[in-house]
Amino acid sequence: MSIAGTLLRSRAVALASPHGVDRYLELVNPMWAAHEVRARLVEIHHEVDVPGEPPVATLTFQPTNTWRGHRPGQYVQLSVDLPGARRLTRCFTLSSAGSRPGDRFTVTMRANPDGEVSRFLVEQAAVGQVVHLSQAAGDFVLPEAVPEHIVFITGGSGITPAMAMLRSLLLRTHRGRVTFVHYARSPEHQIFRAELEEISTTGYGVDLHLVYPEQGGRNFSPMELERIVPNFRDVDTWLCGPAGLVEAVRPAYEADGPNDRLRVEYFKPPRASGTAGGRLAFDRSGIEAENSGESILEQAEAAGLKPTFGCRMGICFSCTATKTEGTVRNVLTGETSDRPDEQIRICVSSPEGDCAIDL
Amino acid sequence: MHTIKLTPEQLEEFGAEMDTIRRRIVADLGEADADYIRKIVKYQRGFEVAGRTMFYLPPLWPAAVAALSVSKILDNMEIGHNVMHGQYDWMGDPGLNSRMYEWDNVCPSDQWKYSHNYIHHTFTNILGKDRDIGYGILRMDEDQPWHPYYLGNPLYAFALMVFFEWGVALHDLEVENLVAGRRTFADNKPLHRGIMRKVKRQALKDYLLFPALTGPLFPLTFAGNATANLVRNIWAFNIIFCGHFPTGVATFSIEETEGESRGQWYYRQLLGSANITGSRLFHVMSGNLSHQIEHHLFPDIPARRYPEIAKDVRRICEKYDLPYNTGPLHRQLGSVFGKIVKLALPGRPGRKTAKPDRVPDSAVAA
Repeated sequence: MSIAGTLLRSRAVALASPHGVDRYLELVNPMWAAHEVRARLVEIHHEVDVPGEPPVATLTFQPTNTWRGHRPGQYVQLSVDLPGARRLTRCFTLSSAGSRPGDRFTVTMRANPDGEVSRFLVEQAAVGQVVHLSQAAGDFVLPEAVPEHIVFITGGSGITPAMAMLRSLLLRTHRGRVTFVHYARSPEHQIFRAELEEISTTGYGVDLHLVYPEQGGRNFSPMELERIVPNFRDVDTWLCGPAGLVEAVRPAYEADGPNDRLRVEYFKPPRASGTAGGRLAFDRSGIEAENSGESILEQAEAAGLKPTFGCRMGICFSCTATKTEGTVRNVLTGETSDRPDEQIRICVSSPEGDCAIDL
Repeated sequence: MHTIKLTPEQLEEFGAEMDTIRRRIVADLGEADADYIRKIVKYQRGFEVAGRTMFYLPPLWPAAVAALSVSKILDNMEIGHNVMHGQYDWMGDPGLNSRMYEWDNVCPSDQWKYSHNYIHHTFTNILGKDRDIGYGILRMDEDQPWHPYYLGNPLYAFALMVFFEWGVALHDLEVENLVAGRRTFADNKPLHRGIMRKVKRQALKDYLLFPALTGPLFPLTFAGNATANLVRNIWAFNIIFCGHFPTGVATFSIEETEGESRGQWYYRQLLGSANITGSRLFHVMSGNLSHQIEHHLFPDIPARRYPEIAKDVRRICEKYDLPYNTGPLHRQLGSVFGKIVKLALPGRPGRKTAKPDRVPDSAVAA
């Protein structure tokens, strides 16, 4: 396929103009591609199956040879044709240790009740299902030169990128220390529990702390962290979890100002806590509403619109729309912007006062 | 010009009935529509590959041209035109998305979408606004003032038919407005690059690369590709001219359509379009533009739904005593070519027959 691949990616594709060579290859075999990335589901492993709770599964995918590989901690945009012929795209963290071009990889996901894509993949999809992918992306990764001591602080499903990094460290026979602090609801809800316990008992130098605050475990406190990791502010730390955890941990690291030892990834974006007030106008549909302070995407949905969206956390740009006037605040960074005709991600932007969006 | 026959209350009710049809179909879109368009795409790609391959065997030349022509017709009409209307955007498939799709035609898709989806479909048959009335070169309506230039009407129509894809590509440059001084050369500058890029790609593929790949058969393949493009041009021209120009189709003035309601808009689309009856295969090959009336009422609903929608539209037409212009291809074409010839001459020959024809129900295919 490599000679054929080179040929298909060469200027000979002018022959396939204007559709592009992939539009022909996919009809012969969905796993043939010159540019696009697709993958076939080869295995489904159920991680957590607590009755009455959303199940969690790890899915193994065989990508087309256009997959460029991934670094642990990165995510991928995954699209799948749901029943009713609607293709939806969502972002998922890659849970395997890293992959080289064309290599298999895994994605671990919780089938949330309102997560149409995750529910379909975990509960309905069968081995052989073909999905559409982006290349892996994201900066929440380990540096090339791995530090001697690493701290992971994770909450809930935010464990996934840290797990990918930990697996990669073990494969690379990292000789330093790893401190892994994870907050979950209960041992039953704990994904990767068996694997984590095995890792912590086999002398890899992984100091594991599984904390269950609902069952008497203590919530995060700087003092507690200081006890486990003295001088934690000087230790390279990867933090991934829901907004509550991030908002508790970040100030502890940034007590003396910005701290580049701490890398943060929100597992879910913070609730938009924009300033309510003013009017939010949707130009194209002619709808106007009171600005509730929530994200523009949520307000648009509340107004009965159905804007395109993907990750709902500001990474995939699927929801990008034009703000025609007014000021918006990025709920991830707190930055405000008042430029007219600006492209904004409506899932992480909330209006400050009057605002008009081309939706 | 046309006078509206319905009262404002009737118009509102009429509009609401159309909206009901729309909601019903949109709620029902799903697997069957997706399977259909993907099947058509598969056929189109199949015919294309078969056509390109058969050029290697000179005795199969006519079959190769036929296959390639079918491929280009499907690509332009049932796939390209309809996908670029956003009929399949709800599927979320980038390969069938109006923003991404590029067709096998020298007109760049983004320019076509502006002149067609926006100008033509919004201002349908409003003389002075809808540039598809005569495409800026023909006299297709008796209210267009006559000029000696129009003596060449049949000749221009013939040239437009032969070079239809080029006419469509140049349509956006508004050459007639350029000549009249209403548009400057500088206005067109941003369009030139897009057109040239597309023309180069299309020409490179059809007139250089594929012929070259057949080696000594270069001239045969070259001629075959040109013929397939010609066949597609003639077919598309004929279907499209039957959409708005048969006798009885109404045109409107800018004044009477100012501030029109939703109901009035539907009314104008209905009376400003005409259908062609025929077999199922004929409808597919015309991109279901044989259901121009339903297409103009619901331009973003998948075209395969037009035949089923047509039943309701005809029922509504009977209820309000509105004309529903349809007929077999030969009759609609005869009517169009008659008009092209008549309007070459001065005067308002259409005046006596300005009242839209009622077409007997028996003329409608199932």
